[in-house]
Formats: sequence, structure tokens, C-alpha cells
Amino acid sequence: MSSRERILGAVRTGLEGRAEGRDPVAVEARLATHARGLIPARSQLDARGRLDLFIAMAEEVSTSVTRVSEMAEVPAAIAGYLAEHNLASAAKIAPDPVLDAIPWSKAPLLELNRGKGEDADRVSITCAFAGVAETGTVMALSGPHHPTTLNILPETHVVVLRADQIVGAYEEAWDRLRNSGRGTPRTVMLITGPSRSGDIEQTMQLGAHGPKRLHLVIVDDES
Amino acid sequence: MQITTPQFSANAKDALADKDLQMALAKLRAGFTARRGKATDRLPEFDALCDQARAIKDHVLANLDDYLVRFEAKVIECGGQVHWCVDAAEARDVVLALCRDAGAKSATKSKSMIAEEIALNDHLEAHGIEPIETDLGEYIIQLAGEPPSHIIAPAIHKTKDSIADLFVKHHAKYGFDQRQDEASALLEEARQVLRSKYFEADVGITGANFLVAENGSIVTVTNEGNAELTQILPDTHIVIASLEKVVPTLEDATTILRVLARSATGQEFSSYTTFSAGGRRDGDLDGPSAFHVVLLDNGRSAMLGGEFQDMLRCIRCGACLNHCPIYGAVGGHAYGWVYSGPMGAVLTPQLIGIEAAGNLPNASTFCGRCEEVCPMRIPLPKMMRHWREREFETRLQPAVSRLGLALWSWFARHPTAYGLVARLAAWGLNRVGGRNRRIGWLPGAQGWTADRDLPAPEGKSFRALWAAGKR
Repeated sequence: MSSRERILGAVRTGLEGRAEGRDPVAVEARLATHARGLIPARSQLDARGRLDLFIAMAEEVSTSVTRVSEMAEVPAAIAGYLAEHNLASAAKIAPDPVLDAIPWSKAPLLELNRGKGEDADRVSITCAFAGVAETGTVMALSGPHHPTTLNILPETHVVVLRADQIVGAYEEAWDRLRNSGRGTPRTVMLITGPSRSGDIEQTMQLGAHGPKRLHLVIVDDES
Repeated sequence: MQITTPQFSANAKDALADKDLQMALAKLRAGFTARRGKATDRLPEFDALCDQARAIKDHVLANLDDYLVRFEAKVIECGGQVHWCVDAAEARDVVLALCRDAGAKSATKSKSMIAEEIALNDHLEAHGIEPIETDLGEYIIQLAGEPPSHIIAPAIHKTKDSIADLFVKHHAKYGFDQRQDEASALLEEARQVLRSKYFEADVGITGANFLVAENGSIVTVTNEGNAELTQILPDTHIVIASLEKVVPTLEDATTILRVLARSATGQEFSSYTTFSAGGRRDGDLDGPSAFHVVLLDNGRSAMLGGEFQDMLRCIRCGACLNHCPIYGAVGGHAYGWVYSGPMGAVLTPQLIGIEAAGNLPNASTFCGRCEEVCPMRIPLPKMMRHWREREFETRLQPAVSRLGLALWSWFARHPTAYGLVARLAAWGLNRVGGRNRRIGWLPGAQGWTADRDLPAPEGKSFRALWAAGKR
């Protein structure tokens, strides 16, 4: 008998002792409908409220935020952020059509290279799939336009996000993912602030293995 | 690793005398415990979410075979493989074989309690593959050659000084010859040393907080980002997880995630919650090409349908450790194996046998805080009592304890005799108590009186007062 059969057999034998709740129809239905559980009221706001909550929660976990009113302002916003923090003006940028459409020539000092993240990269620039207001979380999907290494290798990760990508609760982002028709990505990262560790004497320090800084540029056409 | 669970009493004595450990444990209250309180206060729906989280796991456990098979099918659909392992030895061998297939010289690892449970590092090392722990706490105890002392903060017992000593000793070979005194500098040094290890590793091994049946994803939760580097850079990603980690949908994982970080570290959400499924897709520029899930039973299936099934709801948040007066006094190493605190006192006897772990379910004051703070509503004290019953039934306790319990149970069933003996004992103890009303030595109870006085009884018994109407 294979280990698989032995384990499944042992599970079934064990469950014979407690028959309540055993329900193949409920299993099927649960997977088909992926019903939502309780959603905290704090995230159920209008678009303005969601944006405000998203920014407040992001800043609480040491994410920094710049707001601009159109994509064309992104280059100057990023160049300004990097200069202000004395960071290299060379960045690895995700090979993403949305980023390609940005007029980078407006920030001539930025030196951009497209591709995945490498050890030598100090700064990365990516888009994201969604922002989740509930906890100030950025949802990033892996794919040809978004290598996961860019989220995690460089010391500074800059994310360009449109305000209309911000949802209230994680569940809304899951539905957007299902409706996007792109299937299950290899990696979905929910990023809530820069990397940190509390493993030395229970004191939180920023910049463990991942980025030391997470900076969001939020493009808000309505503002 | 050497199991020292049978020596719990001696371990606990050593722990009480360990000044560094006592300092670290004193910080727990202001740290994890206080932060959890703030985080749960801030979310009015917290209790209702715990009820839902519990219901999700109960539903999964009642249909575990169904969900495991569905999860497996989705992993295969995403290009991965599932390896079912009955016990620790089989899981170790499967991981070793996968590492060899990948031609691995070294494997990076993100923190996994299952890897500790199956003693994976020793096995890989013995067969020439270098395991590299990447979670900072786990890396520190790997350098020190120690087991974790807390399920989410493995190096909680280490002081900054002792970490600096370890780094001086082990990092000189990488050119770090200055001793660092600041936590931030120690963190930076570990970051630099481990960065090259991530790139050198041929295999990345992670645990999983959840296995999602809906789409075959495995979920890791970290603050450091080490689970991501571990799985994204090498060509092979091996996940080791036990059966009960499966949840139906992304929504169900989300509900439980809402109570996990808050219960564990008091954060609203951990820095990185990552869902990974299969190998890299066509067109992806990074990510592993091979994806393996090692699915471990190791005694879990035997808990189904019985009095310990509820323990399988555990999400390893550590809240029961952080709120336990016993854990708070002696720390994790005293428990002598991988799991500690109340959850360890229930799980360890199941996994290594009540013969070796009989002390653990007895190391409880039954204050009930563990159950109060458990986000999955696991009746931990009740299950410790179940273990005590089993211990009694299998005649594992010393003859004196058994005789005492047998006597007590006889008197409890004979109220008149009980009252008589209680009055007699109270009268006697009252006399022994003397003028200062303290009893400093009592034959047969030295375990108590060696370290503290017993207050002498005052006046009448509770039953006598009750009968007299003084309520």
C-alpha cells in the first residue's frame, strides 16, 4: 500500500468516530462559491475613505507614500524620493507595459534597467495588482510583467499604484484576481511594509532580508 | 535532536536559575502579550472572526480526506508534486532524495516547525547537504546548535551579547572581524552573510501556514522576507507541511490570517504573506522550476475522531505560550523537544508518547489563559486533563501519586468520611502552624514545602460554613 493510501485510510478510519460535519456536497459548494467570511467594518468605505485608510495603515507600518495626480508625474516623484533619501538613482524596473508608458525622460537622472531583480540592484520599481486598505497592504502577482525578485531583493522597493486599484478588504482583491482571467499566478505576495525582524531581544528592526524601504507612489486622477 | 522531555523538572530548575532567560521571559509580557491585547482591542470583530476561523478548521477536519485529495489535484495542475509521508523518517528521506535529484550542495530554509519535528537539518547534514536557516532567530540558534525555545521566536532566550559572540565566532570566515553591539548592526551583518547563501543554494525549503485546496497554493507568513528569497532564488522549492494545514479557499485562509498575526505578534498583518503555487509559469523571469509539497502525517490522522482532534485546529501563533505562567517561568527549552507551552503540552505526548512526555500535561496551573487567548478556541486545559487521565490509566505515575489519587477519589465519593478527615486534617495542620500560622515542613509534601510555606488552615472548612448558611 502506498503512503498516500495509508494516510487517507487512516484519516477516514479516524473520522468514522465523529461523523458530524462530514459532507461532500458542502465541500464542493464551498470551493465553488468561495463564500466570504466576516469582513471587518473598518474597510467598508467609499473610494475616498478607502484611499485615506490605505495610506494611514501603510504609514503605520513604515511604508512611505507620495501622491500624484497623473502618471506623467511619477518620474519626478520617484526621482525626488530617491534624492531625498540619498539613494542611488539607478533602478531596476519591471518589464511592465504600464511602466513603459510612463514618460521617464521627465526625470533624466533616473537610470532605468528592465528585468528581474539581481543581487546588485539597490532600487526596484514595479506596479502592483491591488492595494488593500484594511491593513495598508500591497498585492503583487508574479508574471512576465512582474518578477517577484523585484519585490524582495533590492533595499528599496518603489510601487506605482493607481487609486482605483485600492480595495477595502482582501476578499475584494481575490475576486478581482479571479475575474482577471489570468489564472493562479506562481506567486501572490501580500506586502505590508518593509522587511523587519524582532528576533533580537524582541525589538523590531527594519530591513531584515527584504527591502529596508517600501515607497508607494499613488496616482490619483480624481484629485 | 536529543529529547529531554522526561527531565522536565530538572530542566525547569535550570531555567529558573538562568538569568538571561529570565530577563527575556520578563519581556514577553510587555512585548507579545501587550501587543496582542492592543491589536485585538482595535478590531471589534476579533472574537467573531475567531469563531469563524474555528468553524473553518472544524469543517476541514471533518472532511480532511476530501480536501487533501483536492489540494493534491490542484498542485499537480499547477505543475507541482505532492509526496505523502506517514512519519518523520519517510519525510526526511523524501526531502533528501529531492535535494539529491536537484544536485544540491546546500539548501536554504525558512522557519518550519515541521522541519524541527522531523529533525531535517541533522539528516541533511549527515548526508552532505548543508542546511542554512534564514529566519534570523532560527539562524542564531542554528549557529548555537540549540533547538528553538519558542514556536514563533526561536531565539527568544538569546541576549544581544550572546548573539554578538556567536557572530564573532562564525562570521570571521566571511571577513566580518568587528564585534557588533547594536541590534541593527547584527541584523545587517546577518543580512549580508545570508544574502550570498540564498544565491548559492540549489534548493529552498519552506514550511507552510496554510495549504489552499481551491488553487493548490501554499501560504507562508514572515516579517523578514526570508521565505520569499528561499523559494524564489533556487530552482527547486520544497514545502514541508502537515495534513491539517489545508483550508478550502483563499477567503478561508484570509479569515484565519486576520486572527493569526494579531494573536502572534500583535501586528495587524505580518510584512509578507505569500501564496505560492507550482513552478514558474511560461514567460516568468524568475521563480523555481520545480515545486514539491511533502505532506506529513506523523500521528495527526490518529488524532482524528478522538479527544485530541481539536488540537489539529492549531495555527502555531504562539499566543498560548506568551500567556502561560509556566512557559513564562521556565521558557521553551525546559519542555525538552520542539513544541512548548500549552500547545506543546498537548501535542508532544501525541508525537513522542505519553511515556516520555508525561510531565508536560502536568506542568499546568489550569488557569485557563491559554484557552482564553487561543484564536482557534482549542480547549487546551481540557486536553491536558485527558492526558493526565491516560497517564493515570496506563499506570505511568509514581506509586505514591497513584495511591494519593486513589485515596482522594475514595473520600470524594464518601462525603461523611471526607468531612471527618478534612476536619481532622484542618485541626492537625492548625496545630502544626503554630503562632506564625505558616507550615514550613510537611511529611509527604516536601515538593511544596521545600520552596514555600503552606498557610495553616483557619477556622472551619468551606463545607461547614456552607452548611451553616454562610454563603
